[in-house]
Amino acid sequence: MGWFDNGWGLSLIVFLPMVGALAVLFTPKANEAAIKALSLGFTVVTLGLATLMAFRFDFGASEVFQFGTSLTWIESINSGYHIGVDGISLPLLVLSAFVTVLAVIYSFNHWPEPHNPKGFMALTLVLATGMNGTFVALDLVLFFVFFELVLLPMYFMIGIWGDKAIMKIPGFNREVETRLYAAIKFFLFTLFGSAFMLLGFLALYFKSGEFVAERTFDIPLLIHLGSNGAFTGTFAFLVFGALFLGFAVKVPMWPFHTWLPDAHTAAPTVGSVLLAAILLKLGAYGFIRISLPILPDMAKDWAPAIAILAVIGIIYGSLACLAQTDMKRLIAFSSVGHMGFVMLGIASMTSVGINAAIIGMVAHGVITGLLFFVAGSMSHRYHTRDMGRLGGNMKVMPIMGGILGFTAMASLGLPGLAGFWGEFMALFGAYSPLAGLNTTLFRTAMVLGAIGTVLTAGYMLWMLQKVNLGEPSAEWEGQHFHDVDAYELTAWVPLVVAIVAIGVFPRLVLGATNDAVVSLVTKAFGG
Amino acid sequence: MTPDIDYLALAPEITLAVTAVVVLMLDLFLPRSQKYWTAVVAVLGVSFAALPLIALAVSDVGERSMLGGSFVVDDFALVLKGLFVVSGYLVLLMSVSYIESDRYYQGEYYFLMLMSILGSVVLASSRDLITLFIAIELVSQPMYLLAGWRKGDLRSNEASLKYYLLGVLASALMLYGMSFVYGLTGELTLAGIAEAGAGMADDPAFIMALLFMIAGFGFKVSAVPFHFWAPDTYEGAPTPVTAYLSVSSKAAGFVALLVVLYSAFPDAAGVWGPAVWILAALSMTLANLTALRQTNIVRLLAYSSVAQAGFMLVPFAAAATTDQIGLGEAFAATVTYIVIYAFMNLGAFAVVIAGARKTGTGDIEGWGGLGSYAPGIGLLAGAFFFSLAGIPPLAGWIAKLVMFSAAMGAGSGWMVALAAIAAVNAVIALFYYARVVKTIWMDPVPATAPDEQVRTSPVAGSLGLALGLSVVVVVAAGFFPSLVTFFSEATRALAGG
Repeated sequence: MGWFDNGWGLSLIVFLPMVGALAVLFTPKANEAAIKALSLGFTVVTLGLATLMAFRFDFGASEVFQFGTSLTWIESINSGYHIGVDGISLPLLVLSAFVTVLAVIYSFNHWPEPHNPKGFMALTLVLATGMNGTFVALDLVLFFVFFELVLLPMYFMIGIWGDKAIMKIPGFNREVETRLYAAIKFFLFTLFGSAFMLLGFLALYFKSGEFVAERTFDIPLLIHLGSNGAFTGTFAFLVFGALFLGFAVKVPMWPFHTWLPDAHTAAPTVGSVLLAAILLKLGAYGFIRISLPILPDMAKDWAPAIAILAVIGIIYGSLACLAQTDMKRLIAFSSVGHMGFVMLGIASMTSVGINAAIIGMVAHGVITGLLFFVAGSMSHRYHTRDMGRLGGNMKVMPIMGGILGFTAMASLGLPGLAGFWGEFMALFGAYSPLAGLNTTLFRTAMVLGAIGTVLTAGYMLWMLQKVNLGEPSAEWEGQHFHDVDAYELTAWVPLVVAIVAIGVFPRLVLGATNDAVVSLVTKAFGG
Repeated sequence: MTPDIDYLALAPEITLAVTAVVVLMLDLFLPRSQKYWTAVVAVLGVSFAALPLIALAVSDVGERSMLGGSFVVDDFALVLKGLFVVSGYLVLLMSVSYIESDRYYQGEYYFLMLMSILGSVVLASSRDLITLFIAIELVSQPMYLLAGWRKGDLRSNEASLKYYLLGVLASALMLYGMSFVYGLTGELTLAGIAEAGAGMADDPAFIMALLFMIAGFGFKVSAVPFHFWAPDTYEGAPTPVTAYLSVSSKAAGFVALLVVLYSAFPDAAGVWGPAVWILAALSMTLANLTALRQTNIVRLLAYSSVAQAGFMLVPFAAAATTDQIGLGEAFAATVTYIVIYAFMNLGAFAVVIAGARKTGTGDIEGWGGLGSYAPGIGLLAGAFFFSLAGIPPLAGWIAKLVMFSAAMGAGSGWMVALAAIAAVNAVIALFYYARVVKTIWMDPVPATAPDEQVRTSPVAGSLGLALGLSVVVVVAAGFFPSLVTFFSEATRALAGG
């Protein structure tokens, strides 16, 4: 298996979906069976390779980048095709490959209007390449390219297949279809952040020339320089700020989150799932992979600000959820809250906190992914997402209602299910942050975060009460609603299993991440 | 004494000149129904001009200098000649079906086009002020005529007149500046000026001369505030001519700026750097903001091309505050940007020609739903417009990256500020580029759209070839930027870096 370990395996995981997209593109539009088969085939093989990688991964050396390769790519700026996975990226990579397969299966029976499976599948596959690539890139330019590669497919997915309801543009006296507004808003926000992120990358590149013979974009090398105190002072402060802008928009952290509710609500179901499950992770992953280890001193300086924004995100997201009438929008705002916990974990700068962030991301990926699946299926049947009109779903579609109930419980952090660990450990990390950080501030953040978990439970139960319990509204009387179909079950049962499995055996994730995180924290902060 | 002529070095120019004359002669003798042969000969002639370029590139003679250093064939010249020949070739391909449909002056059209291409190819080798001036005028003069080629159309007349008057003014400014430089240094070759003018950077007359020349070139590259001709001329001229104006003619202006500023005035970088800083910041910001309000696709691309010129000027500003290596990097960054811009912008105009044929309009609104009945054109539009916006994996991102890199590498606060301005502008630009793609893919087909037959009419073969070649470059260079940076790195020697 030499070829597999020497970069080919990883490259295949990244680029097979892209090849699949090309194959789909060259399949006649009318031949839907072939399009389905191709997209399923390519994503399943990708998942297979990712699983194989997880089995071959040396967990005893999870802080080492494995299965990697480093080739010349853009000689003139000394940027290389440098890829590899360590314990931090492996769970996210597997998550990405896993959710993509489920998204493809689900869409077989749920083509949003205007149909066109060919375009939809091609975009999904390109998206997969961007997501997988971001998690394995070890060169800043390569990272940037993959980070941006997800923009185009998601833009088209929201813009073409998204919500066609008319809305008024805030601040303007004009009306547009929601999908158009949400698509461009998503694109502009993310590009704004990443344009400054790129400037930050370039600043690091030029600064590195003072310490090594040839200026470099190489992430491990920059981490080595950063942990030896190469980047300090105003320079590093500004660079961290630039990277912060890029990652914080993507996470999204309050107050950069406003694109998220629009994009999630307007996107077609599969788009929402992929956005929530994977795309939101790219930003937080950027903090852990790039900002923290390369600029440790600045990370410490910025940590209180990150913690404050994270807590605002938790509280604000939860309160916003309570004000929603649209089920999908509620789930979207819940993401703001959950990602707040992830960022609170990161802000603590401890190994507990960062482990919490990663397991929190994986858990949020499977839980919120499933929530969006269910919400999509429900609005597919009821043709509305208005919680005031729903209700009594347990009586109308007991299996779907059951899954919704289960997932909501997981989302509110019920012990024994996946969502618990991220929240619990993030609060634990905030209780005793890295030495030198303001303990009072972080403990206040912890208390507020704990209040946030109560609010989370509050809005999730409130949603369940409105949607699942009670009597079905009179308007659905006499209509027949088909409970979950085979495609839905195939897509959802693996997620349910994953939620339970991670909840009961958090070692599934933490076993991979812990050594890598401890090594990161030790190198960066010496403790 | 007869000057020593290296015929291989001159072969591309000779090929183009001979082709131009042959086209003109053929036009005299061909019956009206056979005029398309002029197009065939023109396209073939431009293709043949590429052959000696390849021979020169692989020969191990190195730099070939003639006529007392006035005409030099070095790596820079070869790369830029290659670019001019290829973009000329693409424009000719785009012209064939467009020009044929009007059925007049075909021979003259191709003759003038070839003369302009000849001018640009000479320009890449020009290393003294007179050769440079003649070459740049040879690029522009035929364009004054071609801009008014649709003589029955008032807009076309306006396009031609506006372009002519402002162009002549620009040439006068440029020439005025050049005469001062000659008067002060007593030299015409760029190398001589660099040597003689080494200590003159503080001389007011010298500074004035330099600014006059920059203003003159500013017209050619259509940088703000010298851009006023561009939107009207672009809209009125035949679309292939507009494509040529926005790519080859603009690139010619940049080549002149590059060779003059970097090789004749390296010591005065402290003067021209800040001047270009202002031009760059203004061009990006004003053009992008104006582009947001455009409803006509060609006018939108006109403002877009002004904004892109602003991006290309950014590395020049960086050159003022950097070391010798940084100078070379800034130089290469602009070359990289020009090369990528040429392909993506030509592609965008080819899409405009194809799309206007199918939708029957140049109004963006009228392009609604184009993606549903012409998915191929829709896809290509997405590729070129998002490449112009600099979104990976399309080649535009590497152009933006090297531009940002040159700015950040200079290390001064002013350049970081310019980089930040450029970053904000990249976001603004995305909005109007995305709007075109949005209309094509996400809006319904408007009621005014032409009938089914027009909408699904096939794209002319030559136009299809131009689209295909451009998209291959834009996609390939997006994944493998070295395909472009390899060439631009080779040009760095001219900046001494």
